[in-house]
Amino acid sequence: MSTEIRETEESTAAEPVRGDRDTPVFRPRADIREGKGGVTLTLEMPGVGPEGVDIDLDRRVLTIRGRGRVTRPEGFRQAYAEYAEGDYERVFTLSEEIDEAAIRAGMANGVLTLELPRAEAAKPRRIEVRAG
Amino acid sequence: MRPADACDNEVMKMQITPFLAFDADPFDPFAALRRLRPDAARGIPASDRAGAFPAVNLWQGADSIAVTAEIPGVAPADIDITVHDDRVVISGERRGPEADDEAVWLRRERAYGRFSRAIRLPYRVDPDRVEARFQDGVLRIELQRPEADKPRRIHIASA
Repeated sequence: MSTEIRETEESTAAEPVRGDRDTPVFRPRADIREGKGGVTLTLEMPGVGPEGVDIDLDRRVLTIRGRGRVTRPEGFRQAYAEYAEGDYERVFTLSEEIDEAAIRAGMANGVLTLELPRAEAAKPRRIEVRAG
Repeated sequence: MRPADACDNEVMKMQITPFLAFDADPFDPFAALRRLRPDAARGIPASDRAGAFPAVNLWQGADSIAVTAEIPGVAPADIDITVHDDRVVISGERRGPEADDEAVWLRRERAYGRFSRAIRLPYRVDPDRVEARFQDGVLRIELQRPEADKPRRIHIASA
């Protein structure tokens, strides 16, 4: 039995989209790993602190947004750039097997970790057959 | 997708020419850098770009340089910074999730393992005056030009 997590189509754009803050919105890199108890989702959002994360669950659509902090050292001007800063957004669709009420989230060093426990009803159960 | 344990070991190649004929300011060591990559980051999503790890931005101050780098998922204790002459090396290790034979990867976009990146700066920096801070996966290093190396205007005495 495999837990299904699908990515919602419109969130997969490779080009950054402009958010309402007039900063680019990036699609964060994600790891999804399924263990015995459920699914662990990790998302890379450098520049986002714990207070900048917004997790929204509407039915089974999980939307994760991160508000990035802009690093602009005072008295410096940019001379060379390999990465751009901005906000993050990615949308996932959960299967029914996730216990939505028990989702836990933690943010450390710019990485969001979401624990999505499998719903009790979805856990495999051993049915004992008694001799009559 | 990149293999999990193969963070790129790549030295940033930058050609720094101290005196360029058509520069507005011949003492601007960053001029060559700016010309090299005029709009490198414009329109490129940070999370979808392959390349050297970590990605860095360089900032120019009066007599100082700031290096910022995106290193999400690495604890500050796992990052090493060494400075020698005009070179700063950022190295460390990003630890992956604990081994679990029963766990199955449904999606794997992040890389784990050791990384090292050397960045050549436009000039020599004072290794005793380096400040580094790490917050929310973003490293910021400030480096100073040694007093003795600062360009000086020479006054010509009239005969």
